[in-house]
Amino acid sequence: MTTVEQTELDLVEDEHERILAQTPFQRFKADFLESKIATVALVTLVAIVLVAIFAPLIAPQNPYDLAQVSVLDARLPPGTKSEFGYTFLLGTDGAGRDLFSAILYGLRISLSVGVMSGFIALVIGSAIGLIAAYAGGRVDSVIMRVVDIQLSFPAILIALMLLAVFGKGVDKIMIALVTVQWAYYARTVRGTALVERSKEYVEAGVCLGLSRNRILFRHILPNCLAPLIVVGTVQTAHAIALEATLSFLGVGLPQTEPSLGLLISNGFEYMLSGRYWISFFPGIALLLTIVSINLVGDQLRDVLNPRLER
Amino acid sequence: MTTKKKGPTLSVHDLRTHFHTKAGVVKAVDDVSFDVKGGQVMGLVGESGSGKSVTGFSIVGLIDPPGRVVSGSIKFKGEELVGASEERLQKLRGNRIAMIFQDPMMTLNPVLRIDTQMTEAIKAHRDVDAQTAWEEARDALGQVGIPSPEERLKTYPHQLSGGMRQRVAIAIAFLNKPDLIIADEPTTALDVTIQSQIIHEAQTLCRKTGTALIWITHDLAVVAGLADHICVMYAGRIVEEGKADDIIDRPLHPYTIGLIGSVPSHNKRGQRLNQIPGMTPSLLNLPPGCAFRNRCKFDDGECLDEPGPTRPVRGRSVRCFHPQRMEVTS
Amino acid sequence: MTAYVIRRLMQSVVVVLIMSVIVFFGVNVVGDPVDMLINPEADQEDIEAAIRALGLDKPIGEQYLFFLKNAITGNLGKSFIFGEPALQLIIQRMPATLELAITALLMAIFLGIPLGLYAGLKPDSPASRTIMAGSILGFSLPTFWVGLMMIMVFAVMLGWLPSTGRGETATFLGITSSLFTLNGLQHIFMPALNLALLKISLVIRLTRAGTREAIHQDYIKFARAKGLSPHRVIMVHLLKNILIPVVTVIGLEFGSLVAFSVVTETIFAWPGMGKLLIDSIQQLDRPVIVAYLIIIVLLFVTLNLIVDILYSILDPRVRLGEREA
Repeated sequence: MTTVEQTELDLVEDEHERILAQTPFQRFKADFLESKIATVALVTLVAIVLVAIFAPLIAPQNPYDLAQVSVLDARLPPGTKSEFGYTFLLGTDGAGRDLFSAILYGLRISLSVGVMSGFIALVIGSAIGLIAAYAGGRVDSVIMRVVDIQLSFPAILIALMLLAVFGKGVDKIMIALVTVQWAYYARTVRGTALVERSKEYVEAGVCLGLSRNRILFRHILPNCLAPLIVVGTVQTAHAIALEATLSFLGVGLPQTEPSLGLLISNGFEYMLSGRYWISFFPGIALLLTIVSINLVGDQLRDVLNPRLER
Repeated sequence: MTTKKKGPTLSVHDLRTHFHTKAGVVKAVDDVSFDVKGGQVMGLVGESGSGKSVTGFSIVGLIDPPGRVVSGSIKFKGEELVGASEERLQKLRGNRIAMIFQDPMMTLNPVLRIDTQMTEAIKAHRDVDAQTAWEEARDALGQVGIPSPEERLKTYPHQLSGGMRQRVAIAIAFLNKPDLIIADEPTTALDVTIQSQIIHEAQTLCRKTGTALIWITHDLAVVAGLADHICVMYAGRIVEEGKADDIIDRPLHPYTIGLIGSVPSHNKRGQRLNQIPGMTPSLLNLPPGCAFRNRCKFDDGECLDEPGPTRPVRGRSVRCFHPQRMEVTS
Repeated sequence: MTAYVIRRLMQSVVVVLIMSVIVFFGVNVVGDPVDMLINPEADQEDIEAAIRALGLDKPIGEQYLFFLKNAITGNLGKSFIFGEPALQLIIQRMPATLELAITALLMAIFLGIPLGLYAGLKPDSPASRTIMAGSILGFSLPTFWVGLMMIMVFAVMLGWLPSTGRGETATFLGITSSLFTLNGLQHIFMPALNLALLKISLVIRLTRAGTREAIHQDYIKFARAKGLSPHRVIMVHLLKNILIPVVTVIGLEFGSLVAFSVVTETIFAWPGMGKLLIDSIQQLDRPVIVAYLIIIVLLFVTLNLIVDILYSILDPRVRLGEREA
């Protein structure tokens, strides 16, 4: 009996030591991969990003090189053979472009607009959130009031307002996307920073006479990282969806920057005549991107949030 | 007392309630037996996690998955409750068997008025009109010492103090004149002065109505003056039971001794409080043998065996190989 | 309570003023007001007359007051395209939008709450998992694309429902709506469902989370210990507690439904104010844009105000807390 008990105890010890021996990143990785669906989503997302980056190498044609596109090929159904030898896997659009190639190029635009605006909003929002948390008092309440008011309006409305004033364009839609996103980051960072600021290690740092900047950037900001990553993934998905929606409405990107939203919009007119593929496939690409980002974000939230019991 | 002839109001025998979690089986209640007679107060004492609350919920059939009463018998006035239909249990709950919970801040529904929460308990079991139900509720509030009950009936729970709310909960428990009340740490969350008032009121009501009362608590001092009979629980088992005075004055189980020693009033001023070393073991993998042995100074080789079935020592029972004699000076 | 309402009202007025400043400066500083508000096809003389009429030759502070005065009297300029007052154009189209948004709101409530409640009560059943998977999908699917797919499947392929337009309307109790004719109902079903999709998912999540949380509360166990029927425990004790936050959120989401109807109206050619906005942006009909923005800001602020007051009436804790304070 004693020996049985001993081995069981040893097993528990071993498990414990194994967990302790992992680096934080290894543990994070193990926790993340625990969910099958999140793993699939992550793989899909990585594949989408790679395909978007290497679009010129993968796509059978450059859909925006007029020499490679023929209007005579317009609106061919999926699977038709092209005169250049390759197959129009997903058919062609109204201008005769290979839809598969157009989607790959569209992904690049959608992703880069979404990620870049997300990143700029993250930097601006975090800075404002930190200022609010650190300055406190009047500054804090003014900033948070602005955040509250802005968040009480739907993102699409604010974006429409800005685009109505500014007009179309890549830079304009980036400004609109940053404007609708920064408040989320500011709120997140402020909340976390306030919690961290009241913790003992920060007080200890103050007592040690560390400079304000050092405390902010070396102590408080790293602790805001986990919630920022979570908010960042969700917001990026939102940004991509919002850009697609605005472009679909014809107030987002110009025709020279054909994102997925524009491809869907261009296919809309052919929908009623039954040529579903022109809108359908870009939509699937958009859907896969957004769903996989959201699933990865959900899992990140579960893994990075120690308070959440799983 | 005539109730003795009728037999016990509640007779629990060999009750086992287990929780089947992903991490393993938690034996929250394991082989628990006791009787409660009408008009009597039974104190069920133990640390948090000792299974005393689960015992209470097992009796009224309110164990939610993954928990389940695995085996044993719960006889209420001769009727078997283990395996009884949900409809039958629903008819008994709040009617013949009532419960009082620990935290009065949480037990009353915050968005319903006191009168709604009282009359619904009456209407659930008896076919009375709204007016009668309302009057009964008002009288019940008066009985537990709530001033101007008519006005209190119209309030929401958050407008009452903690002590008031617990009185309301007690009034609800007594509404249908039950045969058994299970009070799960009803005074833990209250101030000491309120605590003794509530205990006094509950005791008086039980004696008057002949209701059997199970008083669950972690505080031996509370049941010392209240209970007729005490069961001490540890890690899902009853480790000692007997008449209240016997247990308090002459505890046998090392755990009970530890519990009594850690009550402040038993210590001299300036003397260190006695404490039981160590922690309650996880119920997930209880080591073989006596569950208390890791914290017990009398532990020897014998305790590695499963502690034998409760054996009677001087009219009471204790689950220990080394029952101690200790005179408690108070 | 009265003090609370007044304080809340003041806050709303401040928000409206701030938003009017933003809209005004958006039009006058970021953009060129001459471009924004005056028909570009007008000749030089007309332009100068218009500049004087709009007070654009005055200092900026004075211009703002002028704009504010005009806005309060409902004078938000004439549409370049229709030649009618912008405000009137929007108000004409408002019933169609409101009818769409209200139908979507009702769908969200009557589909979302029961589904969320079920998923919360039986979290491990296959049906609940399906509901939750559907709700995740509902969150991720871009509304406009779902709308297109609905048209493709139900209108083009199956031919069950009409794809565009508002259909026949009828007047009942002084309200003209397409909800009162069969043809109108057929027309509104798809756009309303499309608009509601995101909110249904939201309500499911909220209701489920609330149910999961409330079911472990002592007051639910106490209600069961009183011997109440499961029906009463769920429908009264549980639902009344979770409905308060859910109703608050739904109320606040109504504004977002009106805003998102911009997308749905464009897809389904629904003749509401959202479609008018998109048309106006594309045709650079700026007075209409400005008027729309002001109307929608007013709508939002009013909605938030109503929801806050409703919330304080619904939740006894808030209501009485205010009274005592």
